[in-house]
Amino acid sequence: MRRYLLRRLGQAVAVLWAAYTATFLILDALPGDPVSAMAGAGLDQAPVDPTQLAALKKEYGFDKPLILQYVEYLGRAVRGDFGNSVATGRPVTATIAEALPQTLALTAAAAVLAVLFGTGLAVLATYPRHRFLRQLLMSLPGLGVSLPTFWIGLMLVQLLSFRVHLFPAFGNDGLRGLVLPAVTLAVPTGAQLAQVLAKSLSTTLDEPYIQTARAKGAGPLRVHIGHALRNAGLPALTMLGLVVGNLLAGSVVVESVFSRNGIGRATVGAVTVQDIPVVQGVVVLGATAFILANLVVDLIYPLLDPRIVVATDRRTPA
Amino acid sequence: MSHRPYRRQLPTRPAMWTRAVVTASALLLLAACDSGPGPASAGAAAPRSGGTLTFAVGSDAGCVDPQQVGSNDTIYSLRQIVDSLTDQDPATGKVVPWLASSWDISPDATTFTFHLRPGVTFSDGTPVNAQAVKDNFDAALKLGAKATLAIGYLSGYAGTTVVDELTAAVRFHRPNAQFLQATSTFSLGLVSESSLRKTPDQRCAEGVVGSGPFVLSKYVANQSITLQRRSGYEWGSSLWKKTGEAYLDTVVFTVIPESGVRSGSLQSGQVDAIGSVGLADESALKGSGVHLQARANPGVVFNLGLNNSRPLLRDPAVRRAILLAIDRRQIADTVFPTTSKPATSILASTTPYYTNLSAQVRFDATEAKSALDGDGWRPGDDGIRVKDGSRLTLTVDWFANAATNQPSLELIQQQLKAVGVEITLRELPIAQVTQVQQSGDFDVLWGNLTRADPDILRTLYSTRLANTYRLPASTLDAVLDDQAATADTVKRQQLVTQAQQLIAQNAYAIPVVELTTELGVARDVRDLGFEASSRIQLHDTWKS
Repeated sequence: MRRYLLRRLGQAVAVLWAAYTATFLILDALPGDPVSAMAGAGLDQAPVDPTQLAALKKEYGFDKPLILQYVEYLGRAVRGDFGNSVATGRPVTATIAEALPQTLALTAAAAVLAVLFGTGLAVLATYPRHRFLRQLLMSLPGLGVSLPTFWIGLMLVQLLSFRVHLFPAFGNDGLRGLVLPAVTLAVPTGAQLAQVLAKSLSTTLDEPYIQTARAKGAGPLRVHIGHALRNAGLPALTMLGLVVGNLLAGSVVVESVFSRNGIGRATVGAVTVQDIPVVQGVVVLGATAFILANLVVDLIYPLLDPRIVVATDRRTPA
Repeated sequence: MSHRPYRRQLPTRPAMWTRAVVTASALLLLAACDSGPGPASAGAAAPRSGGTLTFAVGSDAGCVDPQQVGSNDTIYSLRQIVDSLTDQDPATGKVVPWLASSWDISPDATTFTFHLRPGVTFSDGTPVNAQAVKDNFDAALKLGAKATLAIGYLSGYAGTTVVDELTAAVRFHRPNAQFLQATSTFSLGLVSESSLRKTPDQRCAEGVVGSGPFVLSKYVANQSITLQRRSGYEWGSSLWKKTGEAYLDTVVFTVIPESGVRSGSLQSGQVDAIGSVGLADESALKGSGVHLQARANPGVVFNLGLNNSRPLLRDPAVRRAILLAIDRRQIADTVFPTTSKPATSILASTTPYYTNLSAQVRFDATEAKSALDGDGWRPGDDGIRVKDGSRLTLTVDWFANAATNQPSLELIQQQLKAVGVEITLRELPIAQVTQVQQSGDFDVLWGNLTRADPDILRTLYSTRLANTYRLPASTLDAVLDDQAATADTVKRQQLVTQAQQLIAQNAYAIPVVELTTELGVARDVRDLGFEASSRIQLHDTWKS
């Protein structure tokens, strides 16, 4: 177990490094540079003094050779220092720390809603005997997956904020402000979960042990939830990493539609002006979240399925 | 729409998309609503103090130092925390007293002596005196490229002499007539010594201490800027109706990136006013009794900024044909807010010293065609003209910093095609603007520049400065230098008119349409006024 965890840790470090380096190279390859963007200079037709621009580049170290910049950035990043935002001058860690709680609240609420909604829909869609009803319910997840997030968000705002004044249309304030964004973010993720779970539920319901349970006199609801759901949950669980990714990506749109200050908004702003340090910080954060989610999945897996053992030898599952 | 150049809101493709969706749904949903009474008539009730005004803007510049930012959305709030030496009358363009009760300008426009009003303090209690004026200007220069606007205004700065406690003489190496108007801008608004001692980044993050009618009380990045009324304020601009403190207790500028959500929030009473109203938002807002308020931004209008050194564009006949081929009215009417005007000069009609040149800046496709015919450009098989084997084709570079850019350029593309000029549109990332300008590797740049002084023409078109548009040296240079060297308004008017005529006659740049800033204001908000640069002034604003 210890060796397994160490190996996973090694993998995690490699993934983080790769993500960091790839982002660095991509940002560098983009036309334009962060200092010009910050000098704001020139947007529209205002000319900017080249000497002053050069001075600013020097101040931020963008005049150094790429490899030196990279080593310097990486060296500080390893120590948890991602430098200062080029656009605002604030430390990247502070920028992220300020935005993170809002995004955590949003994604956590959305994750809970998505699991409830996804599981509920999957169970409902596989439970009825009526074939037409089952097919109708089965088509709902597909619909949920294909609706654009911002459209759902805007419809909810339109109906529940502008028409009926139930929830605020913008801002981070309180639980009431969290409802619409969380629901919006939960719809596509929940629908995806429902798709996978419903499929695996229908397969599981044909398994021999379900017949056995039925033969032993277990009621349909007990068979469905007590026996089938537990086993059918495994494929859905492997999606958790994906879900985390989806939620983080979705927060970009949802935070813009609902004017929430969070990681998604910070990312959009940083990418627009090529604020390299902030983008790097966000990428590392996202990669960490992804790695953690997958680690959690791998550790939980054996608990749900005793056939799987977290091997201490070379053959590691998942 | 907020279309000041720097670091401003970036309407994205989804933003346009969602605008369409929201407008469509709003029309459906609101069809059943009663339209309500029309815009409130001001003056019905007596102004009263107190209350909170919530103003929704589209973006956050990430910096709360008025000397460093240029984005409209952020200037709306930061303008309120600093006072300026002078103010500018939006109706006449005249520069009038604010912190300076009077001033003298040397005949060669190199020395500006300001006589300060006594008893003014920054909100930390320190005095606004001649030393503070000197320290502000000295420090502004050190901000370098972080304060593009401020250092532009101070170009040629030789220093400030503290004559006595309340008299400061600002000296320049060269004549700098625009400096008087520049002292009325937010970029040269005065901040306290304690703010000047901070690093530029600290000033951005923590804000500055000014002497304005409001004090910055809270800033949450990407979310809001909150202002509180400054108690004991009694040195307002000579243009303001109310003396003493502002009416409002608190002003909250909240950032709402989606235009549809901004309009809906205003209609549903969740905010009191919004910036960046576009043509698409107008009908729904009007229907709900919101007052729409618009003013053309002074400065250089939206234009096709030609690179005059490109072989095709060195040809005056080609430039002139482009000038004549553009149907400005069509663009103003279909893309911009209702009150927007087609350009009638390179300067917008709200700019001091503007001259109406509609006789030259006009639409005449027939004349455009004959100009090209006469120059030897013959239509090819696909209608695009050809001369000596080269095709009349140009690339227009643009940046997604205003939602109106793409639709305007698509219309221009069609209009030019009709006379045989081919246009390719190329969208560039904003971080690349400076690079393109400095390299000169472009045919045409689309954009505008807000400034309530005609000296902006020198900034853009003098070959003795940056000369982004690679104009050939000509008499225009001397005219632009002369207007910068005279404080005499009559003489300056003649020179500025001449400069506008030279630019139009030679078609160095192609004026298209005036940028109009449009705000949506709830019925119970009164006296929310535009200042001379079409940003807002909130001292006189009150809620009934």
